Amino acid sequence: MNKPINIHTPLTDEICEALTVGDIVLLTGDVITGRDTAHRRLSDAVLAGDPLPVTLAGATLFYAAPTPARPGQVIGSIGPTTSSRMDRYTPMLIERGLRGMIGKGKRSAEVRDSMKRYKAIYFGAMGGVAALLAGCVRKAEVVAYADLGPEAMMHLEVVKFPLVVVNDVRGGDLYEDAAARYRR
Amino acid sequence: MCSVREISCKAIIETVRRLFLEANTELGDDVLRCLNAAVSREASEIGRYGLEKIQENARIAREMSVPLCQDTGLAVLFVEMGQDVRIIGGNFTDAIQKGVRQAYRDGYFRKSVCDPLSRRNTGDNTPAIIHSEIVRGDKIKIVAMPKGGGSENMSRCFMLLPAAGTEGVRAAVVESVADAGPNPCPPVIVGVGIGGSMEQSAILAKKALLRPLGESHRNDPRLQRLEREILGEINKLGIGPHGYGGFITALAVHIEMMPCHIASLPVAINIQCHATRHKEAVI
Ligand code: SF4
Repeated sequence: MNKPINIHTPLTDEICEALTVGDIVLLTGDVITGRDTAHRRLSDAVLAGDPLPVTLAGATLFYAAPTPARPGQVIGSIGPTTSSRMDRYTPMLIERGLRGMIGKGKRSAEVRDSMKRYKAIYFGAMGGVAALLAGCVRKAEVVAYADLGPEAMMHLEVVKFPLVVVNDVRGGDLYEDAAARYRR
Repeated sequence: MCSVREISCKAIIETVRRLFLEANTELGDDVLRCLNAAVSREASEIGRYGLEKIQENARIAREMSVPLCQDTGLAVLFVEMGQDVRIIGGNFTDAIQKGVRQAYRDGYFRKSVCDPLSRRNTGDNTPAIIHSEIVRGDKIKIVAMPKGGGSENMSRCFMLLPAAGTEGVRAAVVESVADAGPNPCPPVIVGVGIGGSMEQSAILAKKALLRPLGESHRNDPRLQRLEREILGEINKLGIGPHGYGGFITALAVHIEMMPCHIASLPVAINIQCHATRHKEAVI
């Protein structure tokens, strides 16, 4: 297993180009969260030509909706949701500057194509280890669509958040490579 | 004449509340044992890393009493109601819903239930899904099962041709797990329901997930063998923990079966992620 690579947001061309499928990454910096309904709203806003409630240029988007924080906690448990549900909206967001995505599971061919074209990276976060991942979140606040409750978009400040590069800017795919390697 | 035992709605509310609070924060000992064994069998280094993180997460969640996963699930319950029980102090279904509401509020769990079309959140994680059965006796058995959406989405129902037989069932299960790939948070537990009607096969598949890990089918040697063989095939797919590659794609395959129509062979596959959560109590 490769040694973890420390990276900081914002993700630049240089950072994205240096990452390869299978790299273990510890991500520090700013991340925004958004999942199903937030994506639908972002896409509606783009199509209507309305301003977006978050800045996409250089952003890293985490497909997640945490449990509510208890009094005194920064955040509740947090982990990735299945990314493929966001696929139909993703190329549109990548075209508008989205650089990093964090989720779990496979992406569509269209998403992978636009990642190649615009040098974006898709990171896998481990699913179902949300109590552990919450320990990497230092700050969390709702920044858009508060009416969506758990699905509201949040800004997170994370420190050494453990990720794996699933799709890189060269079109590689960890899930395909890994399964082929261990298939019997 | 047989006597009737009274059980109060208050006791039901309190039990449901406690079971969901526990289920979402404590991974069962059977799962922990199974994970331990899996770590030593996993040849892939990144696979072992992924399994160890699952173990570490379970420790943190238990110690801090926080949810194992941010998806604290749709609340599914299996209830066995003794026919000599009389419910007092309110309505049984309302009591269950109230217990669920209290658990999700008091545990700071995510409210993950919404209107299917408008996607508006119901705000309190209800309605819960309640499967009930009337049985002998004067007790109520309640099983609380918070079910995550990611693994539920990868589940499937097939109405196979009877001629497809055991081979058809085997292929359907392996294909479902292969297609799901990394999406349902492997290592998974695969619940399979064979027979019954379309909806009954799905209920059997979900019930199969409640069997303690490490136990094979209680009495049917055909199913015991099929469970072993399908698990072997699934673990040759190479998907591995979190889909990062390895030999532990599934921890177990549990099959339940019942007779079906002469024209049918229903098969349902309910996929359960490693965050397999269920707790039960008898009142
Ligand atoms: S599939 Fe299970 S472990 Fe994965 S995010 Fe959903 S509930 Fe959590």
